[in-house]
Amino acid sequence: MLNMIRQHLKGYGRQAATGPVFMALEVVCEMIMPLLMAAIVDNAIPRGDTTYIFLMGAAMTALALLSMFCGIMGAKLGIGASQGFGANLRLALFEKIQTFSFADIDKFSSASLITRTTNDVNNMTMMLTMGLRIMVRAPVMLLVALVIAVALNSTLALVLVVIIPLMVVIIAGIMKVGIRLFGQVQKRVDAVNEVLQENLVAIRVVKAFVRQDFEKKKFQRSNDELTDAFLKVGVRIVSLMPIMTVCMNAATAAVLFFGGRMVMGGRFDLGSLQAFIGYIAQILMSVMMVSMSLLQLSRAQASARRIQEVLDAQPDIQDPAAPAALPAARGEVEFRDVSFKYSASHTGDDVLSHIDLHIPAGQFTAIIGGTGVGKSSLVNLIPRFYDATGGAVLLDGVDVRDYPTRELRERIGMVLQNNVLFSATIRENLLWGKADATEEELVQAAKDAQAYSFIMSLPQGFDTPLDQGGVNLSGGQKQRLCIARAMLKKPAVLILDDSTSAVDSATEAAIRESFYKNLKDTTVIIIAQRISSVRYADEIIILEDDHIAGRGTHEELLAGNAIYQEIYQSQQEGVGE
Amino acid sequence: MPPQRAPRGGYQKPKHIRKTLRRLMGYLTRNPLPLILVLVCLLISVGTNLEGTYMLRDIINNFVWSGCTDVAGLGRSILRLVGVYLIGALAAYLQAAVMVRLAQRGANRLRRDLFDALQDLPLSYFDQHTHGELMSRFTNDADNVQMALEQSVVSMLSSALMFVGLVAQMLRLNWRLFSVTLLVLILTAAMFKLIGGKSRRSYQEQQAALGALNGNIQEMIEGLRVVKAFTHEDQATADFAALNETYREAARRAGFYSGIIGPVSHNLMNVSYALTACLGGVLSVLQGFDLGGLVVYLNYSRQVGQPLNQVSQQMTAVLSALAGAERIFAVMDTPPEADAGKVTLAAVRQTPTGLVELEQGDRSSRQWAWKVPGADGASRLVPLRGDVRFENVDFAYVPGKRILKGISLYATPGQKIAFVGSTGAGKTTITNLINRFYEIESGRITYDGIDVRDIAKDDLRTSLGMVLQDTHLFTGTVMDNIRYGRLDATDEECIQAAKTANAHSFIRRLPQGYQTMVTGDGANLSQGQRQLLAIARCAVADPPVMILDEATSSIDTRTEKHIEAGMDALMEGRTVFVIAHRLSTVRNSNCIVVLEHGQIEEKGDHDALLANKGRYYHLYTGQFQLD
Repeated sequence: MLNMIRQHLKGYGRQAATGPVFMALEVVCEMIMPLLMAAIVDNAIPRGDTTYIFLMGAAMTALALLSMFCGIMGAKLGIGASQGFGANLRLALFEKIQTFSFADIDKFSSASLITRTTNDVNNMTMMLTMGLRIMVRAPVMLLVALVIAVALNSTLALVLVVIIPLMVVIIAGIMKVGIRLFGQVQKRVDAVNEVLQENLVAIRVVKAFVRQDFEKKKFQRSNDELTDAFLKVGVRIVSLMPIMTVCMNAATAAVLFFGGRMVMGGRFDLGSLQAFIGYIAQILMSVMMVSMSLLQLSRAQASARRIQEVLDAQPDIQDPAAPAALPAARGEVEFRDVSFKYSASHTGDDVLSHIDLHIPAGQFTAIIGGTGVGKSSLVNLIPRFYDATGGAVLLDGVDVRDYPTRELRERIGMVLQNNVLFSATIRENLLWGKADATEEELVQAAKDAQAYSFIMSLPQGFDTPLDQGGVNLSGGQKQRLCIARAMLKKPAVLILDDSTSAVDSATEAAIRESFYKNLKDTTVIIIAQRISSVRYADEIIILEDDHIAGRGTHEELLAGNAIYQEIYQSQQEGVGE
Repeated sequence: MPPQRAPRGGYQKPKHIRKTLRRLMGYLTRNPLPLILVLVCLLISVGTNLEGTYMLRDIINNFVWSGCTDVAGLGRSILRLVGVYLIGALAAYLQAAVMVRLAQRGANRLRRDLFDALQDLPLSYFDQHTHGELMSRFTNDADNVQMALEQSVVSMLSSALMFVGLVAQMLRLNWRLFSVTLLVLILTAAMFKLIGGKSRRSYQEQQAALGALNGNIQEMIEGLRVVKAFTHEDQATADFAALNETYREAARRAGFYSGIIGPVSHNLMNVSYALTACLGGVLSVLQGFDLGGLVVYLNYSRQVGQPLNQVSQQMTAVLSALAGAERIFAVMDTPPEADAGKVTLAAVRQTPTGLVELEQGDRSSRQWAWKVPGADGASRLVPLRGDVRFENVDFAYVPGKRILKGISLYATPGQKIAFVGSTGAGKTTITNLINRFYEIESGRITYDGIDVRDIAKDDLRTSLGMVLQDTHLFTGTVMDNIRYGRLDATDEECIQAAKTANAHSFIRRLPQGYQTMVTGDGANLSQGQRQLLAIARCAVADPPVMILDEATSSIDTRTEKHIEAGMDALMEGRTVFVIAHRLSTVRNSNCIVVLEHGQIEEKGDHDALLANKGRYYHLYTGQFQLD
């Protein structure tokens, strides 16, 4: 963890180095003050030396002000360093994640990557902000107070030999039980949240089956269990402070007794005794602080580990060391004996095995098949979202692994199965396809994707903002925007992965029409479930259990392919005799 | 582990502090006894703390500094001191232990009431509020309230008591010295106000920057595949870096203000210590102020800053808890689903003299009737047949944005009504009106001749079975999930229902059969299997009227066949409203309702609509026309 902190303090090293110095100075200034007070009591008062008192008073005030200055500087530099560290770390993570391939995203999952970039980085930053102060103050305080106390009266300091181990044992004991019980609390919290989450997601089911009372009872059960767990840990933790207080008070009383006896015997001074008592309290406080912050540290440790995992990940897909000479983009796609399996999958079965497929430039190709037969996997290999595990995928005769990834993806327009639009205006979203597109190009792409009329029906047209990725649009509308975005790119290969499922047949047909008209030279590959979506393709490819089970035109397949016939039958059932 | 707290000085302001506080106190306890106990314990622990310090005066004056050598006397005094400390620690423990119980029980009640209220809210409420938002009522707001109840309330109270006690003691010891302390205290208070205000404002800026930053992170990581598909990585990183820098600066500012409050107030107390030490020394020389008194005074004056610091620290927690409590109460105070229905559902048996109501729990008959209360207190039984009529129904989710216009249709018992139309035409909306998930704007929906608004909601919904396209399952066994349809169903009945729904064969092949655990909304089952379970769940409920939303394209052909068989079995002999995606369903329906833009474009049976050559003809045969 320290290594990570050091690495990401770049640009804030000066603050990180000087901050603790000021924090330590603040403590030292504070720690000297009781000594001056002792001097007043022991040296000035018995002699009635008011000048000495004023002198000491002025010195103490100056120390307090100096200490305040150091405190402010420490806080300023400390927060600058920790927030700088946080920003550096976040940026490093974000940049790293941008290099991830789809396989890497699968491995970590988006949700977990988000948590790591937000919560975990914040945990680390908080730990540094608060930890820095405590981790500097407590040890310095402990050390300085210990030195002064021993110097004042080494015999009396023996009290510490008894009390510190006692405290450490008690704190460790209670913490150990506490951490174990906190683990249980966390499990119960998760259980309560699970019931909650389920009820929010499935509220329609609950209401449709009139199960409100049933769910209320279910919730109350986990709620009660949570409270029990909380109480179990609560009654133990609340004993910590009183016990610590007793320890400290016992130490004070012991010092007062033995020290008082010394003062009576003239072997010790009252002022020093008073100061000594103060130092004892500070020593014990810092012992407590150190142990508490160790607990904090262990929590940050978990975050640090999760962040480091991402930073250490080797992106699955990297640019070739020596890119090939790039051919002109025509859009010819070829699969040569391609096999593929997901490294994240548990079964290890091939999703695709020994696929040989040649798609000439400019052809309209459709892929159809059941769920899980590898349709998406197949097309994801073309822009190198994943790498084939066997064989080679070629675009315009060059292995996709020999293209610089950026160049490769520039040539391919892809509408993914899970469409994502971003919180920006429709125009800004479409411009993802081509940053410098003219207004005409924009309108044309919208028209081609059958999105123009609905865009214009929105109050602000192209400048309508999309909230949270377009919750204000219907599924079909979003799909059409995504298609427009990809079409604007004017790619050599356009891939639509089941991205017209929410568009009705008539609109879909119109989109297809515009492909024919405006994307004559573009290789179009679509994945679909509906026969109506694929029947006009130049070639239909049927995928079945990891291999190609048939290819041809609609008529050819209908005449000679059993699987295609079955799909056709199931979708045509009941239509026209 | 407790959740992260907002840093000091930053919080959303609650609006009705007093009202919210009073209501919250009601959750803490309705019984004053434990509270009195807590208060007494607090007084004792504060009192012993003050007294323990004060005892030093005599110990110093009479023994240590007196020149006498009565060690035994010193020992006795110190033993007394230890006794006082022990009593204080005991009282502190007792107080904390009682408080933990009160606070935990209170939080438990708060969560229960919140959940209960949530369950009774209308669906429109869930449409308007995201899951995350409602979850955070529990995870953030309720947790903040719990922590405030457990720690902050008592801590503030004890700080106030301590402060008052310390001031009184100091005044008693030496008013001249106190005037110096008071001066520093005023300075400290002014500082809290000054820095606190700056801290609050900068914290709000930080939160805004954090919101923007986290929003960007979420969107860009969730959309990472699209970012990569469009090679947008550099632009995305640049946008992020700008937001990241804005946040860093805002967080640094906010952190600076909240970070210096501690050192500044702490060191102001050190200044006070220095000044009083100096003045005390002088007073001791000139006026003979006793040394014991001076030592005690200095001890007090070192402590007096702490309560102020505590209060300012806890104030944040308390105010943010109050703001959370306000949001929780706002949910509780949202009017629940309106239900003025008096007509209830009753199990009946046909006898020669007419319908007779059955005893509770008697399921010997599958016959049901509506029990309609008359004006005279007696009630008549209307047989439940499944006759549903829409009369000129208008509906809007949001006032002014009408979704359905002038819908009139009817289904006589046993009929199958199919809704077809493009996405967003209003198919699902219509079915949501029958079971009163939403309230219609105008017009009337009747069920066996009774306005659905007159039927008690629970009874209405019990009589309607629903299979939704987005299947949701609950954590529990497969058997539990089927039994959700009817809680008193036996295992045999559940298995029978699974067989009807065509789910039996796949369930048997699961590792633990019917006892297999379903977790994470059925993440361990395929989409098709989830759908089959949902059908079985509905089959076990055995309702006279069914609402079905058929599966669409995301299921492969073979699974779809299974589901179709299940659905068809379920439809037998019932009035069915179906959002149809299959031509076979549509064809066999008694009435096909074609919806477009919230209006009925045409309706009739398959043959009639085909002959019509209207929208329906185009929707399902349009593909042949496009050549």
